[in-house]
Order: sequence, then C-alpha cells, then structure tokens
Amino acid sequence: MIGSRKPGIGASVTRIEDRPLVTGHGRFAGDVSFPRQLHMRLVRSSHAHGKLNSVDVTDAMSIRGVVAVWTAKDIEDLPPIDFREGAIEKLAAFRQPVLVKSRVRYVGEPVAAVFAEDPYVAEDAADLIVVNVDELPPVVDAAEAATEFTLGLSTEPTVCRQGYGDVEAAFRAAELTVELDLSIGRHSGVPLETRGAIGRYDASKDVLELHGAAKVPHRNRELLARMLGRSLAGIHLFEGHVGGGFGVRGEIYPEDILVLVAAMRLGRPIKWIEDRREHMIAANHSRQQRHKIRAGVDREGRLIAIDNEFFHDQGAYIRTHGTRVADTACGMLPGPYHLPNYRVNGHFRLTNKTPAATYRSPGRYETNFVRERLMDAIAAKLGISRVEVRRRNLIGKGEMPFKRPLVALGDDVVLDSGDYEQLLDKALARCRWEDLERDVASRRKAGEFVGLGIAMYVEKSGLGPTDGARVNVHTSGDVEVITGGASMGQGFETVIAQVCAEKLSIDYRKVRVVHGRTDRIEYGVGAHATRATVMTANATFVAADKVRMKALDVAAQLMQAEVQHLDIIDGNVVRTDIPSEATISLAEIAHHLRPASPTRGDRDPGLVAEGWFTTDHMTYPYGVQIAVVNIDSGTGQVHVEKVLIAYDIGRAINPMLVRGQLVGGFVQGLGGALFEEFQYDERGQPLSVTFADYLLPTVQEVPDIDILLTEDAPSTCNPLGIKGAGEGGIAAVGAVIASAVDDALGSIGSITQLPITPQKLKAMLDKHNRNGMTREQS
Amino acid sequence: MKPAPFKYYAPILVDEAVGLLAEYGPQDGRVLAGGQSLIPTMAFRMARPSFLVDINGIAELAKIDIGPEVLRIPACVRHATFQGDAVHGPTGVLLRKVVHYIAHYPIRVRGTFCGSVANADPASEWCCTTVALDGTIIARSARGTRRILAKDFYKGVMTTDLREDELITGVELPLLKEGTRVGFAEFSRRAGDFAIVMVLAAYRLQNGCIFEPRISIGGAEAVPRRISDAESALLGREISASSFERAAKIAAEVVQPFNDNNNTINFRRSLVRTLTRRALESAA
Amino acid sequence: MTERIEICLDINSKVYRVTIEPRKTLADVIREDCGQTGTHLGCEHGVCGACTVLIDGEPVRSCLIFAVQAQKNKIRTVEGLQSEEKLHPMQESFIRNHALQCGFCTPGFLMLAVGILEKRPNIEDGELLEVLSSNLCRCTGYENIVKAVRAAATEMRQRK
Repeated sequence: MIGSRKPGIGASVTRIEDRPLVTGHGRFAGDVSFPRQLHMRLVRSSHAHGKLNSVDVTDAMSIRGVVAVWTAKDIEDLPPIDFREGAIEKLAAFRQPVLVKSRVRYVGEPVAAVFAEDPYVAEDAADLIVVNVDELPPVVDAAEAATEFTLGLSTEPTVCRQGYGDVEAAFRAAELTVELDLSIGRHSGVPLETRGAIGRYDASKDVLELHGAAKVPHRNRELLARMLGRSLAGIHLFEGHVGGGFGVRGEIYPEDILVLVAAMRLGRPIKWIEDRREHMIAANHSRQQRHKIRAGVDREGRLIAIDNEFFHDQGAYIRTHGTRVADTACGMLPGPYHLPNYRVNGHFRLTNKTPAATYRSPGRYETNFVRERLMDAIAAKLGISRVEVRRRNLIGKGEMPFKRPLVALGDDVVLDSGDYEQLLDKALARCRWEDLERDVASRRKAGEFVGLGIAMYVEKSGLGPTDGARVNVHTSGDVEVITGGASMGQGFETVIAQVCAEKLSIDYRKVRVVHGRTDRIEYGVGAHATRATVMTANATFVAADKVRMKALDVAAQLMQAEVQHLDIIDGNVVRTDIPSEATISLAEIAHHLRPASPTRGDRDPGLVAEGWFTTDHMTYPYGVQIAVVNIDSGTGQVHVEKVLIAYDIGRAINPMLVRGQLVGGFVQGLGGALFEEFQYDERGQPLSVTFADYLLPTVQEVPDIDILLTEDAPSTCNPLGIKGAGEGGIAAVGAVIASAVDDALGSIGSITQLPITPQKLKAMLDKHNRNGMTREQS
Repeated sequence: MKPAPFKYYAPILVDEAVGLLAEYGPQDGRVLAGGQSLIPTMAFRMARPSFLVDINGIAELAKIDIGPEVLRIPACVRHATFQGDAVHGPTGVLLRKVVHYIAHYPIRVRGTFCGSVANADPASEWCCTTVALDGTIIARSARGTRRILAKDFYKGVMTTDLREDELITGVELPLLKEGTRVGFAEFSRRAGDFAIVMVLAAYRLQNGCIFEPRISIGGAEAVPRRISDAESALLGREISASSFERAAKIAAEVVQPFNDNNNTINFRRSLVRTLTRRALESAA
Repeated sequence: MTERIEICLDINSKVYRVTIEPRKTLADVIREDCGQTGTHLGCEHGVCGACTVLIDGEPVRSCLIFAVQAQKNKIRTVEGLQSEEKLHPMQESFIRNHALQCGFCTPGFLMLAVGILEKRPNIEDGELLEVLSSNLCRCTGYENIVKAVRAAATEMRQRK
C-alpha cells in the first residue's frame, strides 16, 4: 500500500487559520484601509428619552478636515432597519431609524454622523455638535405596566405566547406548587474587537462594497440591497478576520447603512471603527428577562404543569431579530424534562435602553437558569435530592424523537436523539458526585461556605434549511472550498478543511476555505446558531464526495480499471485490485479535466462540484454541568473551584476545537453569572460603559474545567451525525453557579437573580449572622 | 476615544518643569508622568488639558533615595520599582505586599507612585500607604517648595491640596523601625481591579504587647485615613484573634463609608471589618 | 488639530520617521503611520491589553503612552517576534495548543508572555498567572493560553 490516511474527521489537528493571526498579519476591520478614505464618527444621544428639537452642526462643519455632517434630514429616503426574516407588519413601527428623526429613545442612539479626513478630527468635530432634546421620562423597568411608545402604540408590541394542555386543571391536581420570581441581568457578548464597517463604492463597475461584514454576509446583502434599492449584483460583502461575534456582531446596524450611503454620495471610501465606550451603549445588549414562574408537581417531584409569565427587556427598538429571543425562551424552557401542560406568556417590552438581540445561547441561558432554579426549589420543598428530582423528569431515550408542541427559532421543537439519563450518570460518575457531596459536607462542618451545583440542559443547533459548498481541485493539487459560511474565530476553516480532506484523502493543510465573500458564492447562511459545522460541513462532505466520484471516474478511464477497484490515498488514485505502481494524482486528474483537454470527454470541465445539504429540523445536543463553589463569608466573593461540563455532541470533527468552544463559552457564562451587567440608573443613564465597570472574567476567575465529550447520540438529522458545540459551554452556567451558590448558602438565602454579586451575598450572610448563627470564616 | 488636542512640552530639568507649570498650570495644563490614569481620562475626554508637561525625561526624578530614616520617592519612580527588593526592612516588605494589588504588571511598569498620590483616587493603594506611614508630599512651584503631611494632603475624591501650578517632586516616607510587622488586605471584584476597600495595618511588639499600631483604611471613604479608635483598641494588647476582631469591629463602626451603585454603605462597612481583621492577622 | 512633530520610532529594529500630533497614541502611530497593524485596539483605556507591545523589553500598553514619548526606546511588536520564516517558540506554542480562536487578543498576549519570560525566565507559575491576568480574552476562556505560555516557557528556558 502506498502512503497512509491523513487525519481527517475526529482529529485534533492544529488550525489553518492561525499563522497570520500569531504573526500580526490578520486583517480585522480596523486594519482595512483604502486610499482617500474618510472616517466616520457618530454623535450619539446622551438622553435616554426625549423629543429631538435640533442638531446644530455649524461649529463642527468649520473644523478643517471635516467633509460632511449628516443628520436624519440628509438621509430622509432611507427606511428603518428591517427584520432579517423579512417584513413583520405588527412590529414594523418599532424598527430603528438610521439616525434619530424626532424622538431619542436610548443613550447611545445615533443622532448625527461626521465624515472627516482623520479619526481624531472626526471626534473633535463630533464634540462640537449640539443636540437639543426635551427630556421625557424614561422607562427602565420592563416589568412595570406598559406605557406609550408613540401615539397609538404601546411599549408592549406583542406577547409571545405558547402552550398546550390544560394548565389550570393540572395545577388543581398538583400535590405541590412552587412559585419563583427570577431575573437575569442585562449583559451581552462584548467581543474584544469592537464593530467596524468600511463602505466603498466602485463607480467603474457600479458595485457597492461593505468590508468587515460578519456572521451572515448573504442575508445581510439581501437586506442591504432592499434597503438601498440596489440589485444584488451591485452590492457585495467582504469579511476579513473577525474578533469574536457571539451573536452581537454581524447584524445590520445604522452604522453599516451610513458607511455605504456615504461612500456613494461622498465618492470616497468611508471607514468606521467603533470605540469601546460606544460598543457598550450601541451594540446589541441581551439576556435581561424577569420570569414569574409557577410549577405544579406530583408528590414524586414530577412536573405536571408550568405557567410562566416573563418580561423581556428589549430596549428601545426591535432590531433585526424581531422577537426571536423571547420566542426561543418560550420554546426551550422545558429543557430535557417531560412537561405535560405548559403555558407561557412572554411580555415583549420596550424600554429606554440599548436595544437587545441574540447573544450566544439566546433564550436558553435565561431559561436554563429559570428552569433549573425551579428544579432545585422542587427538590428542596419535597426533601428529594436535586439529582433524583431531575432524573424523575427526564425524557427517555426510547421516546426519541420527542416532539413538543412548541416552536423555537421558527422550527418545531423535535428532540431528535438523546440519552439524557445516560449522560447524567456519566457526569455523576466522572466527577464522583457522592465523594463530592461528602467532601462538601465535611468542609461545611469545618465552617466553610462551600456548595455543589448541578444543571441539565438541551441546546439547539444546525439551523437549516439548506447550505451549499463548492469544492474545486486545482491543477496545482491545492483544493479550494468555497462556502457561504462565516468565521469569527471558531475554527470554521479548519473544520471544513478536515471534512474535505477526509473525503478526498489529502492533507487538510492543502485546503483553502473561502467564506464571507458574497462575490465568490451566490448563497450562504453564514455562521450563527451553531450551524456552521452542521450545515456547511455536511454540504462540503456532499460536494467533496461528488469530486471524489468524478476523479475516480476519470481515473478509471485513464488507468483502464473499474471504479470499485480504485481508491484515493494521500491525494493519489491507486488500484486496490492488483498490486500496481501506477497512480494518478488529483492534480493530474484536474489537468485532464481542463476545458481543452482531449481526455475530458463529455464531462463538465474542472475537478469541481457543488454540494447541498438540506435539513428540515434542528438538532439538539444536550449536557450536564456540575460546579463546586466556595463563598468567602468575609467578603461575599464567590470562588468557583471546579466545574464539569458533560456534553453530547453527536460527533466531533475536531475535539480540540470543540473543547475550546465549550471552555470559552463557559467562561463567558461565568461572566454573566458573577460579574457582567449593563446597569442603568433611574434616568436611563448607562453605568457600565468601560471595562472598569463592565467586568469580563480574567484568567484568575477561571476554575479547573473538566470536559466530558460524548458521542452517544449522533444527530439523526445529518449524515455526519454532528450536533455542534458553539453554545454548549455557556448555556447552563448561570443555572449551575446559582445552584452551587444556593447550596453553599444553605438555609441562609436563595439565589433568584443574576449576576450574583459579593454585595448581595454579604448582605444575606450578615443578616443571617445577626439572627444568631455564627459560621464566620477567617 | 482619541484625546483632545494639546501642546506638548518635555522638560529635562525640574526648574524647567516648574516654569512651564507656572505659565500653563492656570491655563488647564497638566503634568504627564506615568500616564496610566491621565491618558485613559483623556481618551474619554473627561480631561482635556490644553498643555501637557511630560516629566519623564527629568533624570533627577527617576530614582528612589534611601536615607537612614526616610525613603524619598521622586516623581518618576514607577510602581514596579517596589516589586523587587529595592527597599529593605519592614517598609520594603510593606511596599512589596501593597504593590501587587496595584492594577497589573504592564501598568506598574509605567505608572508612578507620586502620580497616584497626585490623582487621589480613593481606591489608590499608595494614598492609603502615605497616610499610614505619616508620609510627606513635597510640592514645588515658582513660588517655592511646600511640605504637606499626607493626612492634610487628601481633601476629597480626586482632590488634593496641590495648586494648579505645583509639581509633586517627591514623597517622603519615614522608614518603619526594625521588627515592625506589616499587613495589607484589599477587596476588589477581580484581581487588579479598583479596590473597594483596603486596610493597611502595622505594629510593633514589646513583651508580647502591641505598640505603635497603625490602621489605615482606604477605598471606604472619600480619602484614606488612620482610624485612631481602632489603633487605641490594639495598644497594649496581646496578639490574639479577639483583639484583632475588636479593633476590626471598632474600625467598622467608626468609618463613614460612601455609597455607590454597586457598593452600599453597609457592604463597605462589612468589608472594613473583614479586611481590618485580615490585615492584622497577616501582619502577625 | 495642533502642530505636528517629526519623530523617529525604532520598531522591531527598523526606524520609522513620522510626523504626528503629540496626542496620537503609540498604538495608533504603530498601526496607522508605521503600517504595523498586528497591535490591536480593544478598549483604548488601558484595561484589555490587546495593544501590549514591548518597550525596552517591558510589556506596556501602547494605548496609554503617546508616540512622542517613545522616541528613545526600542519597541517590539508581534511582527518582530519571528525571525524570517521561523516562528518564535511562543507563536508555535500558541498554534500547537489552540491558544487562539478569533486572534484579536493574541498579539497582546504574545508580547506580554514573551516580555515577562525574557525578563524572568524562571518566574514562578503563580506569578506568571498573575501577569497573564493583565490581559483579556473573550473567546478561549484562557485555559489554552496558559497551557501554551507554560509550554513555551519551558522551551525558552531550555534554549538559553
């Protein structure tokens, strides 16, 4: 046999993305520059709510180097920013205008745009612009009664309702009812690279370009073409390196529109790079919900009914996602448990804060916290162990696929495969749960406030409906995979390269992966909702398979052999029937498929093929998280000692990258559980606008993280069996930390809010101490 | 977040700097030393000095001077200087303990001791240290030199007795006597963050009893100060958990913490109690 | 806009002569005027560390120093880590250990780690972690960054 099989699917290979990134040759939006470019700087509202009277730009215009200053009247013809899914009549009035017309609705809202030769000058000019506003009282609490958004419209545009069964009857029959009022604090993705957009108009070809696009280039292109009245062929998006997305980057924001319109009207490229302070008040917020949840259970702790009323704090406008986050919360709340009767009313409320949208595991981070708090409360009330109460409620393997009469992300919730109980047992065994319990108990006796927490959850991934990829083997032997995907650092290129390399039996490092380029491929759904691996990898697999078949077909002809007696090893076609030295490389085969090649025959030119993968259902990975925490009773500080994430991922294309996603997601989730919050005062003024007040976890806050990756329940929705890992790390962190801190507090108190802060814990501990017990720790 | 424009001067002599401040101080001129606090403030445009006098090039201000009784810290001495063993004895031990709480390594490379003192952020560890050790701030202007005791220097949050044409040329810290035990405890949300409360404790022992106790609280009130009631409670006592706890309790009662969004009066008070005890214990 | 000053900056042993306003930060001058865009801006107020460069061997936040202040110094940025085509052991270690995802914080971490290990090759692990806590990363959760730096530290010590 000649050569060997190179590592492909399942191998923890190093990434092909890395070299330019470690050598400082990345091309992030801030690194993109064009000759004669102008710099855009936005003037943003410093009021949370008010009537815009005037914007005085005279002084700004007089600064040397300022080319133009725009307000709403300069872009009168532009529509407000539409929803990604298309028009939604009922919500249309709540869309955000590109620049404020008459009413400012949040601190940070774009009021004017300065275009200048230099970013320092642009900021100088922006400083001189006077915005005159008559303040109006702001709405800062989404749970308060709805008020007027504008004449005839309420700050509650809609209520997201889902449900089934007879909830009232179920509660009457319940042995016990548990009621909780739970809140998740406002926080978001906060990637390390702020947003950026560069607009350029190529007049020679009548093509408008947007550089710095991310996440869903093709979808954005459609939306932009519609908004600007351009043909699709006349607008292209170019994604370079992206410094993290997490859901927040890649939606259409006012700034994206402005750089494009300005590029056309001013005849020069327009570069806009957001600064950090802007990011905190202008990029999508997320997570803030308040849930008033009621559950009825039988005496064994089995859920009979849940009635949930929640208040979703959407901020000032409805952005590109419509009501997606709230809808997802409705549909995903039940998690891995049976729930015979369910009613949920998600009050979608507008407030005078930065608008909110999706952030990694949207609707699930929140509802996992809510649901798992409920399970812990049920266990406590009935005197059952927290593990046992969960076990009793789990949907069984034999019940899969399990259809819930619910909708999430526009898709029916059909849990495709999963053995939740098996993963629970594996997780308990892995962390030696009983030993942990004993250990925690003895440490408590010695006076420590230590606790053990657990959370179970179901994630969703692989949002379709369809994706395509093109695999092209060049005559040089290099392979190019052209996808409509997007990369924000998750290792997309490497995963696609591995899949292609596996099918073609070549070195994955010889594969170039193209993404984020609407001019290279007509269609793409980008990278979001943990779909890149599932959709694009499967499409690549299909395309690579076609290329393989075409190669073997040509080789059969050239080698005078039968296709079934040929194989590809190390990029060379070899015979498997008789010992032979004869091989033909894929490069040579590509050569034979040149348009003018005499050996091409009737075949289409090129060793190239397109492959499509379609799915009508999302797939549902699932997990268990366990955590040990320690509260410093002298300060209220929570220290997370160790954590286990057990996750069934169906199949891992690159386990090292999967682990990276889970660990990275976990640490983000930790931020939301203990540190991060966009706080507002009663006037609607944002208080967390720098990295000194919005606290991201550092290396010192990260615990030991054990990961148990299982592949026990491959997805039935795609041939590779993949379920995707992007959101699996973050999804249950709020839930498990709350569970552990609650356990540490014992009867002293109960966690009903995220983030859990030292101040809140110390107040609980101090109150308890004043009431008698002394578990003071030095 | 780009700073507003300014005119830049880089004197190489103290006299030059003082002359520049005489002219530009009253015209919204500022001193640039480490820049680790000033430059972010300028990036946010919360400060827009029209003139910056960069003193980093003044050789005379670069190095510490250890006398028999006093440690002199001129204006351009970086935080990082105190990470090693530049200063011996209990004062050195104390400074080494404290310096690790100041921001992060790269900030300590550039930021200066005297810059922190001039900035008078309640969360500044060095401000608390100068008060604890009865330090003196040396301020020079065209009108002459002033010596201001630390306890008189801090007037309020980010406010000192320094006039707009004055340059802090250095701070003097009386050296702690041999055998002084020193402890420091601080609470912040993450390591390296601005302190919410900090306590510096020092004392000597004679026949097993505490004398010359010092307890200095920072971060809880607008300015750092020594808590004499808590110090008195320690005087003459033996080292024990109960004497430490008693002093801590008194400190917590006496202190009048300010309120902010995330840290209420009660929380700060609680922290004063915990940290006073811990600072005393770590000194033992 | 005020008057501009002509300065020379020594970056990776190459001298750049630029004419800039004094208010321009070193980070901006390195990126825009000297064309070395490997040094990134994550916050511009000195907290995230993405802009970390080495100034006379010490890690410094280049957003917290004006370019005019750095004229007499030897500045090193991420572009200067490799020698010709051969990567620095720290760069190789980052790749081997999957210590980067989006790569935005990476140059800052590389310079921070290289700087501290060149100055203190035998630094104790606890202190090394303390130094690494200077910088923020949003993607990786730090685990692999720590692993990569520890591995490179061993290698750098052996090479000496």
